[in-house]
Amino acid sequence: MKPAEFEYVAPATVEEALSYLGEHGDESKLLAGGQSLVPMMNFRLARPERLVDLNGIAGLSYIEHRDSHLAIGAMTRHRALEHSDLLAAGWPLITEAVGWIGHQQIRNRGTIGGSVAHADPAAELPVTLTALDARFRVRSHRGERTLACADFFASSFMTTLEPDEMLVEVEVPALPERSGSSFMEFARRHGDFGLGGAAVVLTTDGSGACSQARIALLAAAPVPVRAGAAEDLLVGSSLDDATLSAAADAAVEGLSPSGDIHGGTAYRLRLLRTMTHRALTTAARRSLGE
Amino acid sequence: MIPLVELVPDVEPPTEVMGIGTSAPRLEDRPLVQGRGCFVGDFKRPGMLHAAIIRSPYAHARITGIEVSAAMALEGVHDVVVGADLPSDTLIPMRQFRVPGAELFLQSPMARDVVRYSGEPVAVVIADSRYIAEDAAELVEIDFEELPVVLDAEVALAADAPRLHQGTPSNVAGDMVIGHGDVDQAFASADLVLEEVLRIQRHAAVPLETRGLVAEFDEAEGSLTVWGAAKIPHVNKGILARLLGWEERRIRLVELHVGGGFGARGEFYPEDYLIPFCAMRCKRPIAWIEDRDENLRAMNHSREQIHHVSVAVRADGKFLGLKDELICDTGGYIRTHGMTVPAMAAAMMPGPYEWPAYHCHVQSVVTNKTPAGTYRSPGRYEANFVRERLLDMVAHRLGIDPVELRRRNLLAEDVFPYDAGTTYDGHDVIFDSGKYELLLDKSIECFDVDAMRRWRDEPVQGPLRRGVGMAFFVEKAGPAVKEYARVEVGATGEVVVFSGTASVGQGVETVLAQVCASHLGIPYERISVKHGDTAVIPEGMGAFGSRAAMLGGAAVMLAARDVREHVLKLASDELEAAPEDLKLAAGGVVVRGSESKRVAWSRLVELNGGTFKEEGRYSCEFLGYPYGVHFAAVEVDTETGGIEIKKYAVGYDVGRCINPMLIRGQITGGAAQGIGGALYEEFAFDPNGQPLAASFMDYLLPTVQEVPKIDILVTEDAPCPLNPLGVKGAGEGGTAAVGAALANAVSDALGVEVTALPLSPERIAQLIGGNQ
Amino acid sequence: MTVDISLEVNGSRVQGSVEPRLLLADFLRDELGLTGTHVGCEHGVCGACTIQLDGEPVRSCLMFAVQARGHRVETVEGLAPSPEELHPLQQAFHEHHALQCGFCTPGILMTMEALLRVTPAPTPEQVRTALSGNLCRCTGYQNIVTAVLETARRLERDGSPVEQASAP
Repeated sequence: MKPAEFEYVAPATVEEALSYLGEHGDESKLLAGGQSLVPMMNFRLARPERLVDLNGIAGLSYIEHRDSHLAIGAMTRHRALEHSDLLAAGWPLITEAVGWIGHQQIRNRGTIGGSVAHADPAAELPVTLTALDARFRVRSHRGERTLACADFFASSFMTTLEPDEMLVEVEVPALPERSGSSFMEFARRHGDFGLGGAAVVLTTDGSGACSQARIALLAAAPVPVRAGAAEDLLVGSSLDDATLSAAADAAVEGLSPSGDIHGGTAYRLRLLRTMTHRALTTAARRSLGE
Repeated sequence: MIPLVELVPDVEPPTEVMGIGTSAPRLEDRPLVQGRGCFVGDFKRPGMLHAAIIRSPYAHARITGIEVSAAMALEGVHDVVVGADLPSDTLIPMRQFRVPGAELFLQSPMARDVVRYSGEPVAVVIADSRYIAEDAAELVEIDFEELPVVLDAEVALAADAPRLHQGTPSNVAGDMVIGHGDVDQAFASADLVLEEVLRIQRHAAVPLETRGLVAEFDEAEGSLTVWGAAKIPHVNKGILARLLGWEERRIRLVELHVGGGFGARGEFYPEDYLIPFCAMRCKRPIAWIEDRDENLRAMNHSREQIHHVSVAVRADGKFLGLKDELICDTGGYIRTHGMTVPAMAAAMMPGPYEWPAYHCHVQSVVTNKTPAGTYRSPGRYEANFVRERLLDMVAHRLGIDPVELRRRNLLAEDVFPYDAGTTYDGHDVIFDSGKYELLLDKSIECFDVDAMRRWRDEPVQGPLRRGVGMAFFVEKAGPAVKEYARVEVGATGEVVVFSGTASVGQGVETVLAQVCASHLGIPYERISVKHGDTAVIPEGMGAFGSRAAMLGGAAVMLAARDVREHVLKLASDELEAAPEDLKLAAGGVVVRGSESKRVAWSRLVELNGGTFKEEGRYSCEFLGYPYGVHFAAVEVDTETGGIEIKKYAVGYDVGRCINPMLIRGQITGGAAQGIGGALYEEFAFDPNGQPLAASFMDYLLPTVQEVPKIDILVTEDAPCPLNPLGVKGAGEGGTAAVGAALANAVSDALGVEVTALPLSPERIAQLIGGNQ
Repeated sequence: MTVDISLEVNGSRVQGSVEPRLLLADFLRDELGLTGTHVGCEHGVCGACTIQLDGEPVRSCLMFAVQARGHRVETVEGLAPSPEELHPLQQAFHEHHALQCGFCTPGILMTMEALLRVTPAPTPEQVRTALSGNLCRCTGYQNIVTAVLETARRLERDGSPVEQASAP
């Protein structure tokens, strides 16, 4: 279990990285926290010809409140997210979800950009950011573009990033007032990838009716998916038990998560339904200030 | 029927020398906590090269060609060895429980023509570094022609099943029947007969340190040294000598620090031949450090059994008879353990109860999976699950409390020694001593089982269901009939114990030092224990089956006693005092009460004409049988199928404790492994025989979050009458009944009878039914 | 092709010339002879290879040695103040039988030392959470939790040599 040979570059600036990618993007792989990539290299399941180490680039690690949104640098480590007061106060869904990522040693190295670009549908951050309507700022030597989640995640472990592009920042809109969120997942052991899970944001108006609902499902499909039908059901409701239960049913309607040794499709559907229902119940309570 | 031995009293109070019965901190710890241990991966020899083993990617295939030239051309590559390079008749022998016919299923160190499991060695690359060796391994081109795979032992039994081994009449590598009494009559007279099929999944020891070897050939001397031995260095030296056709004296095996054994580490594996073979061929020291990818496919798997079992009982709960059709999936080959695991399951199936009749038909069946061997509490973990689960089903059907049902059938105190009516590897199974009901009573009180049951009956909100389960069991300890020890005291008063046992991390050095302290009369921290080097220790049987403290301890006791006698005699002459008035101390021997009257060790050694040196050998044809009870309280989430263990308790009678702290450590660690086997760990395969739990992402060892605090009661109510220390080995009781107790607790919670392990959340969800 | 690197290991500056693919764990073990850092799975699950990078526990099997360039690395060999003296955690592990085979122990010590530096008086739950990234196959963990809690109590009582070791 030793990695195959590769050429190593460690650019000092984003521009340097982009210029290298412009030339060698096709055969290069970006090394962020390395907590998913390096195991795959050790198994020789991944064998990039060139590894572009982003850890030496200053200025890609930050969590900032800008106007109406949050900006997180791509190389911000999970550990920083976990302990950010800014997130805990304004975007507690991220704080909650990050606690489910692997273990401390993994969170000390892993980065938000790496997790998003790895696009594992069972990973916590992609699904959380999907529930938060995050946008991804992507740069290349050719320019810059900003992508919504639906335009970023292409399939299991696939994004729409071009070989010469790199993710530089995640933008997360502020939550409206009277919002409550919840992240739930079920894994075989603490710290394992979830077999099913949900990230939920519910917003209520002054009268206690749901004005906005956002539900994203973990390990439900090749990409993090929003449960649109369930969201529609919730909006306008008083988030009563019957509606929450009906919304959980609607959330998994038509899904067919792929199974493995830890759980087949039927079991995973059951889990998705349960996790969605629990996350909805908690988020509803929080949005109503209970 | 068994030879009974008197207990030999200690010569000094235990607290004065930290002897038998005290929780002495371990002598082993210091280098290990400092990071200065020497595990095989830490060990280096000058000029050492590194091996990588190419393993079959197929579960069953014919090798039609191997092309090594591209690999050989890579810079830094020294050799590529394939099956055809080995002497053709090399087969790894069984070291235990041989049955006629099983020799047709033995494994060669490297496949020549046919591979029978994914992970079987096909070639070895030798290079300057492991990195380069793995690069070269990718350049070796091997052509395979796939053959039909057999992955289910019951399918393998069918007459038209593909045959794994040529020249064999079937896929059955071992077939035997044991039992006693008239089973037909028992079933004919029963008020209740239950028939069930119970299954235990394939899982394994998986120590945290993978295997590894460093082999060096001394051409001038014609000798071979192998570092990285474990468990049974002397036995493996014999096997290697036999396979090479050498005299044993030309081979030296050395045990370094060992990162856990649990039955699997230290057996003679294909690599134990291949790496020395490569060292001789390359005439350079060769290191092979197994990586985890290899480890999960190559090291012995265990536990996979199917039991078609039926029980006959009277309406009042009295057991009448037990019948079992036991099928053990032993993987692609018979390895060193022969029939050990299924035969042990059959021998111990009756457990702590009186059965008028018992019949068991055992078949060990080959399939295209990793070969199997032992894992902590081999055969018993499986048998305890089957029997104790069945007994709870009986209790439910008869409306008798599960504790009460067991109580009515437990063996009484006055029946010991008790012939269980079964045999194991040619020996009758005779339970040496026991006070089963006493342990049951003490445990119920100590763990407040009544409170557990009240907790279970409290009303709970939401999807959670509570259950309490128990399992009673008999363990076995102390196989391999004999052990060697030598105790030496030199001119500085330093004591050295040489033992034929081995360390797998269990604390054997401390325990043997404590035995020596108690019988020599010198504090344990002045005693060092040497083991595991066949050039230093003349003979030994190693560490397995909870034997080291029993047989190894008794041998140390005998040697220590002789040294003491010798020392006291000389000192008594010198000091003109009676031996019983003397005391051994750090500086020499002193007169009790007037300790200024003393003779120094240097003088005593001089009088003795050299270092005091006595050997001890302890032999015992019979096994000790510790026994125990587990209680579990669980909460099951009926929506997710998740299980939370709220309380887990183990009561265990070990005859006599040498070190209570270490015994509790064994029980806690053993229980954690039992929990892994009951809830998390499973070697699954795809329809082509590809392992699906091939990394630690999928083979789920329990973390601290999955293992609750284990409540423990250790008792000494039934000393072992087979050895002068009264001890029974204590290594396996923590593991033995976890599958049983947790399955019973989960069945209790759900009101559904569990019939298979592991209790994965998906399986629990299926038991509950209703996917939404 | 090799790359020259320079880093600080257990307080000393070390230099090396490494292939980019050389894992940090292998560099520490094979190039520097610091074999106390163990390799148990090489895919980031078991935690036996845990070291501290700039004071924080990380998997040394999931980093390339070249990435440690210019950083500060602490391994188990640097934990005790001297070969004769044990670090309070090491002492507590010994006294409470928190190790059996000892293979996982160095990684666990490095994880727990970092915990106590940030959380000097942890609850049992905090210890369990921090420990969850380290597998132990022998002990069943209970004695490890006990030893860590006992260390915290002792350090609070006797003053903290852990604090001055390194700040994150």
